[in-house]
Amino acid sequence: MSHPSSPLGKDQQKPGRASSPGVLPFAPGSDAAPGSAPGVTAPLLEARGFVKRFFGVTVLDGVSLSLAPGEVRALLGENGAGKSTIINLLSGVHQPDGGVLLLDGAPVRFTRPLEADHAGISVIRQELSLFPDLSVAEAIFAGHLPLTRLGLVDWRQMREAARKALARLGLEIDVRAPVASLSIAHQQMVEIARALTRKSRVVIMDEPTASLSPNEVAHLGEIIAQLSAEGVAVLYVSHRLDEIRAFCQTYTVLRDGKAVSAGLVSETDIPSLIRDMAGREVEIGAAGAARQAGAPVLDLQHLASVPGGRGGQRVRDVSLVVRAGEILGLAGIVGAGRTETARMIFGLDPVGSGEILLNGRSFRAGSPAAAMAAGIGYVPEDRKGLSILPDRSVAENFALTGAVPAGPLGWNDRPGEAKALAGFVQRLGIRAASLRAPITTLSGGNQQKVILARWIALKPKLLIIDEPTRGIDVGAKEDVHSLIREIAAGGVAVLLISSDLPEVLALSDRIVTLREGETTSEQPAAHATSEGLMARMTRHG
Amino acid sequence: MTKAQADELSRARMYALLGKLAPLIFLLALVIIFASLQPRFLLPLNLFNILRQVSIYGIIAIGMTFVILIRGIDLSVGAVVAMSGLCAAVVAKGGIEGRFMLSADGSGYHWALAALAAILAGTVAGLLQGMAVAWLSVPAFVVTLGGMTVFRGIALTIGNGGPISGFDEAFGWWGRGMIGPVPVPVLIFAAVALIAWVVLTQTRFGRAVYAVGSNPDAARLSGINVSGVTLSVYALIGFCSGLGGFVLASRLNSAEAVAGTGYELTAIAAVVIGGTSLYGGTGGVAGTVIGALLTGVLLNGLVILNVSPYTQQILVGLIIVAAVAFDHFIKRQSR
Repeated sequence: MSHPSSPLGKDQQKPGRASSPGVLPFAPGSDAAPGSAPGVTAPLLEARGFVKRFFGVTVLDGVSLSLAPGEVRALLGENGAGKSTIINLLSGVHQPDGGVLLLDGAPVRFTRPLEADHAGISVIRQELSLFPDLSVAEAIFAGHLPLTRLGLVDWRQMREAARKALARLGLEIDVRAPVASLSIAHQQMVEIARALTRKSRVVIMDEPTASLSPNEVAHLGEIIAQLSAEGVAVLYVSHRLDEIRAFCQTYTVLRDGKAVSAGLVSETDIPSLIRDMAGREVEIGAAGAARQAGAPVLDLQHLASVPGGRGGQRVRDVSLVVRAGEILGLAGIVGAGRTETARMIFGLDPVGSGEILLNGRSFRAGSPAAAMAAGIGYVPEDRKGLSILPDRSVAENFALTGAVPAGPLGWNDRPGEAKALAGFVQRLGIRAASLRAPITTLSGGNQQKVILARWIALKPKLLIIDEPTRGIDVGAKEDVHSLIREIAAGGVAVLLISSDLPEVLALSDRIVTLREGETTSEQPAAHATSEGLMARMTRHG
Repeated sequence: MTKAQADELSRARMYALLGKLAPLIFLLALVIIFASLQPRFLLPLNLFNILRQVSIYGIIAIGMTFVILIRGIDLSVGAVVAMSGLCAAVVAKGGIEGRFMLSADGSGYHWALAALAAILAGTVAGLLQGMAVAWLSVPAFVVTLGGMTVFRGIALTIGNGGPISGFDEAFGWWGRGMIGPVPVPVLIFAAVALIAWVVLTQTRFGRAVYAVGSNPDAARLSGINVSGVTLSVYALIGFCSGLGGFVLASRLNSAEAVAGTGYELTAIAAVVIGGTSLYGGTGGVAGTVIGALLTGVLLNGLVILNVSPYTQQILVGLIIVAAVAFDHFIKRQSR
């Protein structure tokens, strides 16, 4: 581990407020704690020895980290390592069971998110917390609406200020439009604009690039640099190590509720970060064994969605073939029509025109149940919204697709289900304290494994997997990858949809790119490169 | 695991258990309070009296459990009880004197046909409302609010505003009869609760009900026929209301259009006090049975203590809110 040293060493002459030293002299060992920025620049915000327990389980065990003005710190760790808990403690959603939070060197205690907000700490959440039905201007000013002298909302001033804040981010959108009508990237910009108008001193970004296209990610990088130049401290939480290298100066890696390493990004490399996160060597992008492709299972010919639907006609001309025993990667930026294509195949949305051939025969699924009867499985991208039953047990979540047939009168075959699930728990390495506990007690990666098990148990002939590793940790990601390879090796036709190009390249036999609802290329994965695919996904001609 | 962690875990588990048992604890507390204030409360006669009073809206509350589990609500149950009670009465009487005759000689029909008429009327009423909810996507609150007046109106039309009373012995047995010391309606309630419990916990349909309530999109994506489940659940509460209407008519030896007024709120209260979440997906029949008993004990205890009926209403409302607030408090502690 590299010894942490300040990224802002030259600012030594500015110790913040003289009355509030960054490190109290009697705090035992706090300046040596991993993750705390050394006392060169007084930290703006410092967590010292955070401890948090839920259900009697310690999720944070003495974690310290600090943010100096203008510092951009990456917070890394597998799911369940405690990243979200730190965010919740810093932003007043939860209160620590141990340790202190120092703002400008003085201990503070936020009992509500609003208090953190007033102290200048903004959180841009992974699941956008915006009010979808409010206008952009209202969303930016929610909680601190400008008022006229009569105490009414000053719409003119609010819209003007909202426009200005968005212009600073290089975004020109109608501030009267409802937030829900914006793309995810723009919704994120609105949240950032909100942080700007609040004159936030600390901005916490939780997986901000999960749904962004490469261009939008680059733009976000510029904004982060701008915030940093203005003296705003940024805590950047992400799984994407390339972004961390590009955007962040310092890092803290969490594992099992402890800070295991911290330091300067420039003094470490991606393999060591991965090793710190996983606690073991993980090989990213290991090539799979050569698979033997069989007969075509799915054949799409000029498939198009119904014109004039919500968001316009997302799928306009998609043609592709998926064969038994192969993985076809479907790459494209957000909005290219990948998920919409999958939804039509699975009978969730109506087909506008074109042909779907399943095993050589024309096929239209009227409902998911019909698609399942025809041997199709679909793992959707939105795990929380479309996959899990949040209040129900792991076992019940697994049994949802009815892979283990019921007895007479629809009597549940509990022993049969338990046996099948036990097999998957072992095979997929599902870590769960209890299979009777709600599925939400599992980490994101383990939830995803349960969802995959739900579909594999049905023994589909065609499995559509949409963003299988979004928001799950590195270790689970590799498990999911080998599982997908295993499924294909078993003769299943796999249609893999992913925004993660290294993932597409590592898993696929062939890769099809989509741009604006049209297929733009098809090639064997062996011949493809990230740059080439990116060009096919984004550029015309 | 350190000792502190173990302590914390057992504390959380204790609260989780307490949360599950909260309605039961509350029920026992009420029984103890009433029994100590008025020993007559514990007489078997009084206890069976409570059970008999509970049983009719209890049957409806069982149906309401399914509806609330799928994030729905049914405000029409009281009206459906009245309507199906009148259907049973008309069949049992063979028509209404001076208005219309169902049989050639003006004689009444067997109780079984009367019961069938009530259950059929209730089920059809539920099915129609279920169609509006499942296929037309009208909010259940609106559909059943409309249904509440529609079915009350039909009940008024059938009875022409007046009661129909005086049924034969066999008809009356279902509401007033006894098997040993146990009133028949109590046995019907127990049977309905038992069957519902088995269906919810042991069958694929029960799982589908929980799945639809927990996450309807995920349920549909996993091949569950969400509209079908919705339709069935509303038909089911219609069935329960029809059965309740028949038993009520039998017990009162009379059916009239104002019967069952307020049953919707009592049934919803029983379900919610029993721990079933209004947001769907969690809860069950066992809780509802306890919730129904709790409401019954409360009403009976207040009567026995000679509390004025006006004050009773105030106390019942407060205690319902207190019970649910306590339940939520316990659940928060267990996280």
